Amino acid sequence: MSHPIYIALIPLIPLACFLVLGLFGRKYFTNSAGIIGTLGLLTSTLISLSTAYEYFFVSGKVNGVFQKIEVAKFTWLQFSPGVSIDLGILIDPITVMMLVVVSFVSLMVHLFSLGYMKGETRFATYYAFLGLFTFSMLGLVLSSNIFQIYLFWELVGVSSFLLIGFYFEKPSAVAASKKAFIVTRFADLGFLIGILVLSFYSHTLDFGVLIERLTTAGSPYLTAINAASFLGVSGLTWGLLLVFMGGAGKSAMFPLHIWLPDAMEGPTPVSALIHAATMVVAGVFLVARLFPVFALSDPAALNVVMYTGAFSAFFAAVIACTQTDIKRVLAYSTMSQIGYMMFALGVSKYNGEDGLGYMGSMFHLFTHAFFKSLLFLGAGAVIHMVHSNEMKDMGGLRKLMPITHISFLIACLAIAGIPPFSGFFSKEEILMASFESNKLVYAVALLTSGLTAFYMFRLYYSIFWSKPADTHHGHHGEGTWSMKIPLILLAILAVVAGFVPIASWVTADGNAIHSSVPITFSILPVSLAIAGILLATRLFKTANELPQRIAIQMGGIYKAASRKFYIDEVYLFVTKKILFNLIGRPAAWFDKNIVDGFMNLLAKLTANLSELIKGFQSGKVQDYALYFFGGIAGLIIAFIYLWK
Amino acid sequence: MSAASIIFYLIATFILGTGVLAVTTRKIFRASIWLLFSLIGIAALYFWMQLEFLAAVQIIVYVGGIVVLIIFSIFLTIKSGDEMPKPIFIRSIFAALAVLFGTGFVVRLISLYTFKPNSTTVFNLNVNQIGTQMLDTKNYGYLLPFELISMLLLAAMIGCIVIAMKSKDKDATTFQNSIQ
Amino acid sequence: MSEIPLTNILFLSTGLFFIGVYGLFTRRNMITMLMSVELMLNSVNINFVAFNKYLYPEKLDGIFFSIFIITIAAAEAAVAIAIIINLYRSHHSIDVEDASEMKY
Repeated sequence: MSHPIYIALIPLIPLACFLVLGLFGRKYFTNSAGIIGTLGLLTSTLISLSTAYEYFFVSGKVNGVFQKIEVAKFTWLQFSPGVSIDLGILIDPITVMMLVVVSFVSLMVHLFSLGYMKGETRFATYYAFLGLFTFSMLGLVLSSNIFQIYLFWELVGVSSFLLIGFYFEKPSAVAASKKAFIVTRFADLGFLIGILVLSFYSHTLDFGVLIERLTTAGSPYLTAINAASFLGVSGLTWGLLLVFMGGAGKSAMFPLHIWLPDAMEGPTPVSALIHAATMVVAGVFLVARLFPVFALSDPAALNVVMYTGAFSAFFAAVIACTQTDIKRVLAYSTMSQIGYMMFALGVSKYNGEDGLGYMGSMFHLFTHAFFKSLLFLGAGAVIHMVHSNEMKDMGGLRKLMPITHISFLIACLAIAGIPPFSGFFSKEEILMASFESNKLVYAVALLTSGLTAFYMFRLYYSIFWSKPADTHHGHHGEGTWSMKIPLILLAILAVVAGFVPIASWVTADGNAIHSSVPITFSILPVSLAIAGILLATRLFKTANELPQRIAIQMGGIYKAASRKFYIDEVYLFVTKKILFNLIGRPAAWFDKNIVDGFMNLLAKLTANLSELIKGFQSGKVQDYALYFFGGIAGLIIAFIYLWK
Repeated sequence: MSAASIIFYLIATFILGTGVLAVTTRKIFRASIWLLFSLIGIAALYFWMQLEFLAAVQIIVYVGGIVVLIIFSIFLTIKSGDEMPKPIFIRSIFAALAVLFGTGFVVRLISLYTFKPNSTTVFNLNVNQIGTQMLDTKNYGYLLPFELISMLLLAAMIGCIVIAMKSKDKDATTFQNSIQ
Repeated sequence: MSEIPLTNILFLSTGLFFIGVYGLFTRRNMITMLMSVELMLNSVNINFVAFNKYLYPEKLDGIFFSIFIITIAAAEAAVAIAIIINLYRSHHSIDVEDASEMKY
């Protein structure tokens, strides 16, 4: 067996970093915490890369098909002979790919934070939290059964909560961390119920067995779960949709996306790690993990995934065009790109060449991780310099921050889908897949692609052009080398990641896909993207009145988009007005008056009774003697006259 | 009515009368003296029953020991000339009720029951016999209870010393403070 | 003496016993309570002796029991008086009404 157990070290090293830094960091490693964390993660990354090499080039392929390999497994909770919760390590193409992405991006963020977070009082704590997050995320992708993934899923949620609320002196950060936690927690409720539904009918929690039982046509488990129905929808669809609800919560799909923009209150490198490359794609990963069940047994649930993804992609792109906080623009852009991945899964089929969407989704996940974390880190460098998140405080930075400027430009070109940058390749696969499957989704995707190019270059020009270069005097330079190196490395990857042969590695059924996108197909999306860029250039390259005028002419639509289509207000209305008044208040009244009242009554009765009988306990020995005499007399009478 | 029965009734009246006085008089020293008389009356009862040995033990232990001990502690703790406080009225009512009920109940039980002697031999107490049987290890010997009683007496003696021993002043004051 | 039946002696001891009970319930002074207890013990002694003499004349067990009771009564009186003296030291009184800290 060529996959030794040292794979377990990949998540365990960050865990060790978390424990060491969390317990002793503030006392002993105040300054060296960053170095320790970064070195630990470097080790993890190297192991991940060697694992990937081993899997893709040496041992993963059997008869031309990539295998699912269970490296380790031990039983944790045995419920019945067939059902147990195990802890294990499962290796397959998406796991290996995610391992590389997560550990590498995390390493970049660790490195970047060395400069970005320098001088923070809770520097060591920050690195401890980063270690915890990386551990949970790596554990999540390695999970071999659905309950284990749920455990890590919650751990990811907790560490994300801790990192978003890292600046806990700021009320907005506290509110944002609570919001993120509650919204994702609410979604996880669905996930848990989904797990229960699926495992109840399939009698297993293990991914491999579960997928096999629920996809084999005519298997008794599949028949049972299809026969069960609730509200006219079959048990399988319910289970998958509830699991998808959990994924949608983590991946910020509409309408559970409201936490993501607010989560930008966390430190910017954290946003790069959590809200760009890793945690938010956990939902995509989850759907991909269960993809055979979706694709082979329940196309209806897959359709829901597709439409949710497509709508979120478009919806977020529109909002992104109007935001002025650069991190929020990036947040909505992330949401939009994840929508891409989701609907790419949705349009995909399982077998062979039809699995193009699945492959495209994974490919996009791979490339997106690099260019989006690059964008966030670049934004972090900018914010580090100007101490503001608002576009109006920036502009003309291209001379002051050449490296940031170039890398940011590369990332923008990549996300806009301009060849030969990496985003182009993955996006083409997705568009191709949707074109073959669903024309409506294809149209939405095209439109979104144009919008993406537009808002990304609006962002780019607002930061680096738009104003004369000498606006920002007296600020310190671009930042330390520890901040520049990640930018350079990620920029290189954003250029070349598109040439990684994901098509022959990561596919739904393990077989390589050989179809290539014809060059003629690429003309339309690329020209749309270029049009978006040109429009942005016209509007934002130099400061002018035109954007203002257009905004006024757009009127209500612009306002609605800049207020994020009032989704937050709808949530507030539902929770505060409806839930609070109709359920919360009556429940509180019931609790206060009926439940508490009953308890108070009991307490009062007891108190009165004891007040009544406490006189017996007078402390006077002769009273006790009298009671004693009475008791004896009673006993004697009972024994003599009643005990015959 | 023979002389013996007259003597019995006299003794009984004496015992009960002095007993009642012992528990009702308000002067504590008098109470102890009435108790003394009552105990002597019981010794007389033993004489009347021709149990001279027991009567002697009664006089030596009770009259010579316990009553002296009681008088001794009276002198240690109370001004013996003062009248004691009256008993609490409600409690004496309850006590009287309990006593009347108990007496009536037991008297009724006794008078309803017919006692039959186990054998017809005449009871004849021999001190020699008591001593032999007390230290006998064979049938009906009382050696083991005798040893146990001697251990008990030793333990009681040590216990009395420990309890009544005056603790060091510091401890005593703190104890008193805690009691107030 | 044979014309005095056993029941009369039992009546005597019953009377003495309940005189002791009455004293135990009403007396507020610890020493007088102790005296009441002594009365009760003596009434029990009378019972033992009377039963032995009237019902089991060939045995001596009643006598032994009353001897043991007298012994224990002596020990009990000594311990009780030690306690009383200790109480007097801490409370400056041997009235049981004053020693009522152990109440609700």
